[in-house]
This record gives sequence, structure tokens and C-alpha cells, in this order.
Amino acid sequence: MISLWTALLFIILAPFIGGLVSGIDRKVTARMQGRVGPPILQPFYDVGKLFEKENLVVTTTQNFYVLSYLVFIIVSGALFFAGGDMLLVIFAFTLAHIFLVLGGYASYSPYSFIGAERELIQIIAYEPMIILTAVGMYMVAGSFFVSDIAASSLPLIMYLPGVFIGFLMVLTIKLRKSPFDLSTSHHAHQELVKGVTTEFTGPSLAKIEIAHWYENVFLLGVIFLFFAFSIPLALAALVIAYLLEILIDNTFSRVKWQFTLRSAWIIAGMLGLVNLAVLYYLAGGLLP
Amino acid sequence: MTYLTRSPWILHYDASSCNGCDIEVLACLTPLYDVERFGILNTGNPKHSDIFVVTGGVNEQNREVIKNIYEQIPDPKVVVAVGICATSGGVFRECYNIMGGIDRIIPVDVYVPGCAARPESIIDGIVKALGILEEKRARMRQPDTGKKATGGETV
Repeated sequence: MISLWTALLFIILAPFIGGLVSGIDRKVTARMQGRVGPPILQPFYDVGKLFEKENLVVTTTQNFYVLSYLVFIIVSGALFFAGGDMLLVIFAFTLAHIFLVLGGYASYSPYSFIGAERELIQIIAYEPMIILTAVGMYMVAGSFFVSDIAASSLPLIMYLPGVFIGFLMVLTIKLRKSPFDLSTSHHAHQELVKGVTTEFTGPSLAKIEIAHWYENVFLLGVIFLFFAFSIPLALAALVIAYLLEILIDNTFSRVKWQFTLRSAWIIAGMLGLVNLAVLYYLAGGLLP
Repeated sequence: MTYLTRSPWILHYDASSCNGCDIEVLACLTPLYDVERFGILNTGNPKHSDIFVVTGGVNEQNREVIKNIYEQIPDPKVVVAVGICATSGGVFRECYNIMGGIDRIIPVDVYVPGCAARPESIIDGIVKALGILEEKRARMRQPDTGKKATGGETV
């Protein structure tokens, strides 16, 4: 049931795919703004550059937290692609972000303090929806194991349209896209100097960036699960979902944390919970 | 191993500029000039940046700020003085509150004169700075000479 090969493949390939997706993201964003934009490989240059820089450290515990963040993101992604338990994946995923928050708190900087607080608020905002996603997949596929969900012949998207829209909303927070890039943001956006990543320099920042690539590939993997019954459809859904996120990023301004929290929970409640309730009622309990 | 020159992140600081040069620096980032083509980003965070772009001359108030920002930028780093005020103090050189150009406080690598400096010459200055940045990186690799060569000795 657990496949080590796919996990290993994820660990090796995900940074390349994640970096490439990030490069395409920057190019498409530039084109939307009427600019030429950087080369597609720009994110790799950035990370290569960061490894060449000096590592200025405020407190040495920072290094430990950043490394833990990277390791646990890899663990959660590897577990997911190995076909492991979805709940365990979410647990490791949350733990990874807690390490990032601790890293922000460790540096005694007002900017990274507020950034860390906002990162916590973001975790509170998206966590219910991610758990509802796992529960929804369980209700349809009858198992929390990713391998079983992926092997299910039922079209998950037909049963879980509300959960899917809710997950897309959460994806905006997770990809650090406007309007929800509160704790830190990507590209040349600035927020609270740079929010939770303000005090990380050179190699530490590079590790955060690589962890973010792993994270993005994992999140795209979750979208894939909704369409796992048809691979061409799933790939098309991935592309459309990501382009939609870029469009949202470029058309909305940043909102306050209160709105982020409220809207994330309202959408999780309205679309996620109602979807699950309807599913439960119509199926008279669990599906197969 | 020239990632550094492919992804220079700048930090723009307005010392006591009249905003003329600042507008031209920001013009470099707009669609017309789009310096992100070369991987140049305006970070706004000294700890993430490689190139310190300063506009305007040094006065009593910002002397400490410039030093502080310069020391927070991780090595290797270069300083680009944009505009005639940052280069030498310009027309304000004789003013009672102006100490002169940025090089009175921190070592400057590239001077981009002009009032206001044109976006083309700013980009040209930054591209020149990339060469110096690469030299500094190579020097940082060598033992002993490494830190001293790029350190923040004040003039």
C-alpha cells in the first residue's frame, strides 16, 4: 500500500517541478502586468544565489527551526505521495508551519514577530478546510489512505464540488497569493518588510524557498486527487487552478487578517460542511 | 557559479533625496524598463538584498541609518550611489546640514551621477555593480582576505 518509490521520486523531483512552476508563475504574472518578466529558471538562480550569500543569524535556534520546517514539509509531502494516511500528512504539514512560526518568533524582530503571528492566524484560517477536504475524501473513497483515494474509480469532484472550491480558497492562502499574503509574500511584494521571513538571510532563506516548492507540489497533488479518475482531466484541472490563482493574485489587493479568517471559515462552513452534510444525507451514510 | 549576477536583489534607500532620483529608480521597475528581466527585485529588506541603492546626500539624521542598513546586508554586497547628491552632495554640498556624498559614510562601488539620474544610466550602473559583486564573491571565498575586503570600514 505504501510505495517508497513514489515518495523517493517526490523528494528528488519536487524541487525541480516546484521551482519551474514558480518560474512560470512569475513569467505569467509579468505578462499580466504588461512586462517581459524574468527567465523561467529565475527561481533556481535566486536559490543558487542565496546559497552563495553569507548566513547572518540572529539566534542559532533559527537555523534549527528552518531545517525542521524543510524536513517536515518533505516528510508530509513524501507521506502523501507514498499513499500514506491523509490525516498524518496534514499533521506533519501543520507541524512544519509551526516550526516556521517558531523560527519567526526566535529572531526578536518586530517585523518577524507580527509576521509569525499572522502566519499562525493563517494556519487557523486554512486548517479547518484542509481537514474537511480529508474527511470529504474519506466519505467518498471510504479510506483516509491517499493510495485508496487515488485508486477510487468514483469522480471525487462530482461528489465534493463545495469542498473543492473551499480548497481552492485555502490554496490562495497557502501559495502566499494576494489577497491573503499577510505573513509573508512572494515576488517583489513587500509586507511588514518581509513578514515572517524578514530575519532569515542567504542559505536559511533558500531553505524556506525550497520548502515552499515542496509545499506547492504537495498542494497540487491534493488537487490532483479530486480528479484522480481521469489523468488528462486532472492535469488540465491543475493548470486551470494554478492560472486562476495567478489571476486572483494580480487582481486583488491585500486584505486584513480579520477578513482572511472570517472568509476562510465562512467558506469552509458554507461550502465544505454543507457539501459533506448533503453527501451524508443523500448517501444515507457513507458511500461504499 | 554566477548565480549572484543573475539574481541581484536591490534595497533602495532615500537618504535626503528630493524624490527625483527615487521616481527614476522606481521607473526601472515599471513595465517600460522592467529590470525583473535580469532577475532584479526591489526587496525592501536589507537582510535579503545584495545591492544597496542610495539616493540623496548624507545629513545628520540619516547618517546612522545608512550605516545601520549597510551593516545588515549580508556579504557579498555592493553600494550604488544614484544621483549627483548621493555621489558628491550635489548643489547641497555646501549646506550646513549635508555631509556630502554617500562615500563619506560607507564604501561606494558605483557612482551614477545625474539630476535626476535617468533609468537607463541607473540600470547601467547596476549592471556595472554586478561585475564588482562577482569579484567580491570570488574574494570572499579566499581565506583571510575574505571578510576584510568587503567589510564596512567607514571613510
